[in-house]
Amino acid sequence: MKQRFYERIGESVCLETLPNGLELRIVSKPGYAKKYAFFAANYGGMDTRFTLDGRLRDTPAGIAHYLEHKMFDTEEGNALQRLAQNGAEPNAFTANALTGYYFSSTEHFEENLEILLSFVSIPWFTEESVAKEQGIIGQEIRMIEDNPDWQVYHQMLQCLYSVNPARVSIAGTVESISHITADTLYACHKAFYTPANMTLTVVGDVDPVHISDLARRVLPRESGAPISRVWEEEPETVAKRESRIAMEVSLPQFLLGFKCRPVWEGENYFRSLIVGDLACDLLLGESSPLYQRLYSQGLINASFGGAYEMLPGAAYFSAGGDSKDPRAVSAAVCQEARRLVREGVDPDFYQQIRRAAFGASLRGLDSFENIAVTMTEGCFNSYDPLRFPETFDSIGPDDLLAFLKENITEERSVLSEIVPKEG
Amino acid sequence: MEMTRRRLADGMYLTHLPANKFKTSILSAQFITPLRQETASACALLPSLLRRGTVTCPDMSSLSARLDRLYGARIDSTVRKCGESQCVGFVAGFIDDRYAPGGERLLEPAAALLGELICDPVTEGGRFVTDYFESEQVNLADAIRSVLNDKRSYADWRLLQEMCAGEPYGVSRLGSVESAEAIQPRKLYALYQELTASARLELFYSGSAGLERVEEALRAAFATLPRKNVRDQVPPTVSHAAPETVRTVTESLDVVQGKLGMGFSCGSEDVPALLLGNTLFGGSSNSRLFLNVREKLSLCYYASSLFHRQKGLITVSSGIEFENCRKAYDEILAQLEAVRKGELEDWELEGARSTLLNAYASMGDSQGRLEHFFISQAAVGRNETPELLAAMVRDVSLERICRAMETVKLDTVYFLQGKEAEA
Repeated sequence: MKQRFYERIGESVCLETLPNGLELRIVSKPGYAKKYAFFAANYGGMDTRFTLDGRLRDTPAGIAHYLEHKMFDTEEGNALQRLAQNGAEPNAFTANALTGYYFSSTEHFEENLEILLSFVSIPWFTEESVAKEQGIIGQEIRMIEDNPDWQVYHQMLQCLYSVNPARVSIAGTVESISHITADTLYACHKAFYTPANMTLTVVGDVDPVHISDLARRVLPRESGAPISRVWEEEPETVAKRESRIAMEVSLPQFLLGFKCRPVWEGENYFRSLIVGDLACDLLLGESSPLYQRLYSQGLINASFGGAYEMLPGAAYFSAGGDSKDPRAVSAAVCQEARRLVREGVDPDFYQQIRRAAFGASLRGLDSFENIAVTMTEGCFNSYDPLRFPETFDSIGPDDLLAFLKENITEERSVLSEIVPKEG
Repeated sequence: MEMTRRRLADGMYLTHLPANKFKTSILSAQFITPLRQETASACALLPSLLRRGTVTCPDMSSLSARLDRLYGARIDSTVRKCGESQCVGFVAGFIDDRYAPGGERLLEPAAALLGELICDPVTEGGRFVTDYFESEQVNLADAIRSVLNDKRSYADWRLLQEMCAGEPYGVSRLGSVESAEAIQPRKLYALYQELTASARLELFYSGSAGLERVEEALRAAFATLPRKNVRDQVPPTVSHAAPETVRTVTESLDVVQGKLGMGFSCGSEDVPALLLGNTLFGGSSNSRLFLNVREKLSLCYYASSLFHRQKGLITVSSGIEFENCRKAYDEILAQLEAVRKGELEDWELEGARSTLLNAYASMGDSQGRLEHFFISQAAVGRNETPELLAAMVRDVSLERICRAMETVKLDTVYFLQGKEAEA
């Protein structure tokens, strides 16, 4: 096991690749009562097409999320209850490219960790238990369909992408999940829940050697075959310029999206992520002249914000919130990007936002959940997220301007709107 | 947990929690005032209006530059409802001095800015700047309207509003759209002067600085705050009286999922027994509601209950198919009855107890939860620490739980249905 110290941010991490291929990360947090474990598969809503045992599988939308729900079933009963009986707070989520199972507990940590590793590794489904989940997930889908924040985001992705599976809802639809059977769930588990495609991150005041021994003892000795995902080529142009739907909302909501060039894994991936985030602060963060102008004109309110996201084969920049005139905001964003590219960045302002971004990243280290998720994404995309101070050092104003010039343009933009229902 | 409470002046108290494990320091300043329909909106408007500018930083750009230079310090305006008190003020978060790359001290400048926001707002002609007033008034009215957007919290809120109509607990923390739109600039400035002079001021700090240093920084920051006619007592919270018959309210909106809310009044004063009784009933993923309404009957994705400790209420929240309303209603009452009669499996009580104990034991790991807990306690005049609550929960027997839950009576039912159902 290797140990790595990060002096500038006061963190220490033990790292190991187990013989079965699992990546193990243990982030030491002395003085905390709570211990946190995050066990994740490099498998999410986007991974519906792959080959297994030489055969192409085209699985229903929503299957990774469905599998996440059903993994808690074990031959002895529901693992959620076993963990909760030990005072643990367990849960799980499915993202576009990741499924994570986690808990935190102050007592019986190793016992709980054993339960977690075991139920995620050993599938146990029956046709009856799979069918019963239709009702629960069906209601989860109904709930998000009534949620305007989800609708505005989902609609933006559908505008941005023609074939990339980011355009498909992670939970699927009531119709798509009706095709899910125990057999398909077993096949997906076999393909993706294999140690070499997974990571375990533990955060807290724990003994790293005990954790490593426990993982070796409980998890499968060997990994399955390497996974081959089947992707279609995504064109550089957007799928659709704009889209709007009416819902029961009090104010119009919008999300402006820009289709950016995707970056594949490595340290360059992490650098691109930070460049995108800083470019977002520069262009429309709370300290930016654009934010202040739009706020004082009443075109945006405190709900306004932006983000840069990277997914397999996809990257996008988005900005939105409530607004009475989304088109005016959209035009102002593109215009401001052009102005910055033309006039350059004031060096003092650049230092100011970099300082603020550094502070925000540092403060993120107080959240165990945030540490575990970023460590996991780092493993899956081959970078070290705790090297953010060094990565910040390697970036300058010109990197941000190059990003804005390439990505924040009318041709790359889409507008997703939610408008209030009439009457 | 080491905690010191000190009186800094008449009606001005500091809660100090020293901790070296965080990267962040938290500083909070909250004025505690009675929650009333007539004043709720005006009080709610104050923090966001004060956040627009001070005498030395009169606009957003100078304020955000100052915060950015403090390594992205945040000072967020807050409006909360704690029991029948309204808490308005700011929470500041900034990196702990030990991680400032230049070795700067950040507590003092952050405290100074917090003090300026409260004591020295930018004014014109003896009142708030007209532009700022008008735009924050619009934002407040929009924020009140936007509660409709999230149907789950909308339904939860409507239930409380109906159940506690005529009581302060039935007033929204932000007040109503009508009262927000009726706020007069001159009256608001008078309210600001009155509130800052006489309302209880609760200060909270968590971080590595010692008590003396924090006290000195805060005394300096609030040195110019004129205090007179100080109301040292916090407003009392009056218990909710159960009605003779159950009230049912049905509302229709254009939604795809129905929401069933059920409000119960609690006749018992045995808080630890009610805390456990509620956890057993619907307060965890191990609870009766989760295991039966969701897992066994597959009626919903969420069905949970919340114990309003300060007011002596339990509310149940669930999202269901419209036609399953009666089924869910019957099952929720059946599960309450099982808890009342103590018809539980052996593991359930200890599971619920360890869920609560884990929550109290890990509270010291989250500055946000600590701030919320201690400010809420102060706002309703209680002084139990998390350790004391844990000790009380440890002692509760099943008989006490049954006795306390026996007093839990259905009071109000709220059902949100689709537009088609109405026709």
